Amino acid sequence: MQTDTKSRIDQTTSPSGQPVTVLRFEGDISSVSKEAVIGSYQSLSKTTVKTVLLDFTKVEYINSSGIALVIQLLMEAANAGQKVLAFGLSAHFQKVFTMVGITKYAGLFPDQTAALATV
Amino acid sequence: MTAARAKTVELRLPSRLGYEKVAMGTAASTAKLVGFRQERIEDLKTAVAEACINAIEHGNRLNEKLSVVVILSADDEGLEIKVMDDGKGMNALPIKPDIDRKMHGEEDPRGMGMFLIQALVDEAEWVVGANGKGSYVRLVIRLDKDETEV
Repeated sequence: MQTDTKSRIDQTTSPSGQPVTVLRFEGDISSVSKEAVIGSYQSLSKTTVKTVLLDFTKVEYINSSGIALVIQLLMEAANAGQKVLAFGLSAHFQKVFTMVGITKYAGLFPDQTAALATV
Repeated sequence: MTAARAKTVELRLPSRLGYEKVAMGTAASTAKLVGFRQERIEDLKTAVAEACINAIEHGNRLNEKLSVVVILSADDEGLEIKVMDDGKGMNALPIKPDIDRKMHGEEDPRGMGMFLIQALVDEAEWVVGANGKGSYVRLVIRLDKDETEV
């Protein structure tokens, strides 16, 4: 009944010429999403990847277990000195992320263009 | 809730994670029929999902022989939802998550469900059942004036 989470890793460049890694998620983000969220993040190089974008455009459902995975990712990224930005969240999940304090550690943007403009 | 005028929907879910989405869908459909705005329906969906996840995980301890019962009662004032399980109930009150403590590994990254429930609905009450069984959480989400005029 729990929907698998798919993840894909893309590379792009910000308007200022900085390399940026994008983790694109699809499906639900819940307790079964550890490999898709943490596993895909941990496959990135801690030395060469400086900025990570999280793409939630194709995510419809995030529960508290999924939010905990996002916090775990942010914690590992902070320890590695990486900057994390997120985009594509619905208005509701932007509100939820703000309520739990995630916005203190990851900027939220409406789309990829807006997020890249800040890198 | 005005019992005489309430319209009631009852669901019985298996204690398996993922089935909270059935309750979410039913709550969303009921709230739409009552006349809630989409923004409030999204709040309700998350609150109902988290209440069901708590009931499945902590109340019934993922025992698939036990059911989680969800009762939605709608009237002119709004919607009341009871999510019942066979557990001993929640004695602790929801605490606001401290993101700094979580980021520093001083607080479990999980444990935000009850906080989200309380933050997203107008009333949230955790009731311990008699004899230590049959506990439930009761949620209320009220129609505001703008919604009832639509």
